[in-house]
Amino acid sequence: MDHLVNHLVIAPLLLPLLAGIALLLLRGSATPMRQTVSLLATFALVVIAFQLLLQVADGSVLVYRLGDWPAPFGIVLVADRLSAMMVLLTAVLSASVILYALRGADHDARFFHVLFQMQLFGINGAFLTGDLFNLFVFFEVLLIASYGLLLYGGGADRTRAGLHYVVLNLVGSTLFLFAVGTLYGVLGTLNMADITQRLANISEEDLGVVRAAGLLLFAVFALKGALAPLHLWLPGAYGHTSAPVAAMFAIMTKVGAYAILRAHSLMFGPESGPVAGLLDPWLLPLALITVVAGTIGLMASKRLSQQAAYLVVVSAGTLLAAFGIGGAEAFAAGLYYLLHSTLAAAAVFLLADVISKARGNALDRLIPGPELARGQLLAGVFLVIALAISGMPPLSGFVGKWLILQASIGEPGMPWVFAVLLVTSLLGIMTLARSGTMLFFRIDESPTAGSQAGKPVTVIDLGSPLALALMGIGLVVYAGPVYEFSQAAAEQLLQSEAYISAVLQAATGGPQP
Amino acid sequence: MEALIAIVIGVLTASGVYLSLRGRTFPVVLGLTLMSYAVNLFLFVMGRLMIGVPPVIQENASYADPLPQALVLTAIVISFGMTAFVVVLALRARAELGNDHVDGEENH
Repeated sequence: MDHLVNHLVIAPLLLPLLAGIALLLLRGSATPMRQTVSLLATFALVVIAFQLLLQVADGSVLVYRLGDWPAPFGIVLVADRLSAMMVLLTAVLSASVILYALRGADHDARFFHVLFQMQLFGINGAFLTGDLFNLFVFFEVLLIASYGLLLYGGGADRTRAGLHYVVLNLVGSTLFLFAVGTLYGVLGTLNMADITQRLANISEEDLGVVRAAGLLLFAVFALKGALAPLHLWLPGAYGHTSAPVAAMFAIMTKVGAYAILRAHSLMFGPESGPVAGLLDPWLLPLALITVVAGTIGLMASKRLSQQAAYLVVVSAGTLLAAFGIGGAEAFAAGLYYLLHSTLAAAAVFLLADVISKARGNALDRLIPGPELARGQLLAGVFLVIALAISGMPPLSGFVGKWLILQASIGEPGMPWVFAVLLVTSLLGIMTLARSGTMLFFRIDESPTAGSQAGKPVTVIDLGSPLALALMGIGLVVYAGPVYEFSQAAAEQLLQSEAYISAVLQAATGGPQP
Repeated sequence: MEALIAIVIGVLTASGVYLSLRGRTFPVVLGLTLMSYAVNLFLFVMGRLMIGVPPVIQENASYADPLPQALVLTAIVISFGMTAFVVVLALRARAELGNDHVDGEENH
């Protein structure tokens, strides 16, 4: 058993990779067969991710040396509380999304599930790797899968949005390589723990180069994490793709946020001497600008799926604002908010798709439409999800925002955080209330409207958005334990010397217990 | 030698950035390609410039850093795949949108 536990760290990578390859080989078989394989692999991933979380819950840092090469010479996978939490979140989200995708969005399922599993492979890899170049490789894996998923199904709008997304991310990848190359050229290592150690003893003449490389790295992560002014690609890309893909992408901006948090707390954290706090002057102001820009976009949107995309921008900004405040309390609040916002944003995308199908020709445009069969059920689910994502009590968004505001008390940025978060929350709930009224209560009375209505909604259609909403409610009911865990994860992040010694000492001993 | 390589990387990057800011997909793709050439070269020289030494550590002998060579191989493969993808996507955008502008509209 001990042997198996040691390999638990790499299991969240191997499972989707092998499932993806198997699905590629199975592409000639019947559709239900492929769907079943993908579904089983995704649910198995939830179990594995949960096991991993239990393993690291006591605060141990699991280090997996690929090829048994000791760090910093070989590549290591590292699972601490934060990584395990992100992997579990990815697994839970993907399980809800794939159940929805099976109901038509995967078309004949020939390549959708292959790309979906490869995307999971890339995301889990990005969360678990302890090596900067390896992080680049996993970014590319998740990006190339996301290009395919984004374009899946076709259409002119989707192609145009896809082109912008691909070109922007290719430029981002190039910048990432420049940053990695510069860091390697100066420090001679790519292992994140080793980088941190060497940064602490860096000479005066190299300081400028390293700062430039660090900020370049920050710019790349900010592009992935949709931090203003690099957020403009997001509404187009997320607003035009299919609903399950957009819901899955809710975790993609979090990969950027995770990378920023890692860099912020480890490589440019308290242990790294002269470059400590490199991101401090940038993170909080830019995050608050993101929140404002996202809210303006939210109010100007003409479709519900576009509103959902702007809600992702707003939540990315709120999340990074929490990370920008700094300190264990703010990190913990941010991590709680991260869990909430990922699930809630995915729920909005899926619900927008359900509503769009029920409204026939009116789609999810915010115009008066036909009267909906089972409109009250839909409106009820919309109300719950809208309350959650805009941060109204008693749902998870409120708890998250309240924790962030509380963490900012006494910090220098407090007036700005309070002003921006409270005003944008108010504007957000007003906008969503207006959307809800328009979608459910403003009925187009013209005689043609009735015949254009889509097919009535069934409870099964609503399964995935409801499940995601219920998980959000679970985050409130179990707010105590969840917050305790995120607090423990935040404290572990701030004690980076434990992380560093776990990674580098695995060089002499076996895998750390 | 260092100065020459630095100028080459700088010119490649500058041309790449300029071209990738153009309005048509073809120059954009060329720009991305030039930028990936520049970054590959950049990664390669991060192991310092050496001539005629093996990338193998031997006793009392100078050696070239093998790691950037491995990194640049990975980066070349990835950028090659990505370029192929973006070429196909540009062709599809040309077919579906009716023109080769990145926004899909002529009047920009």
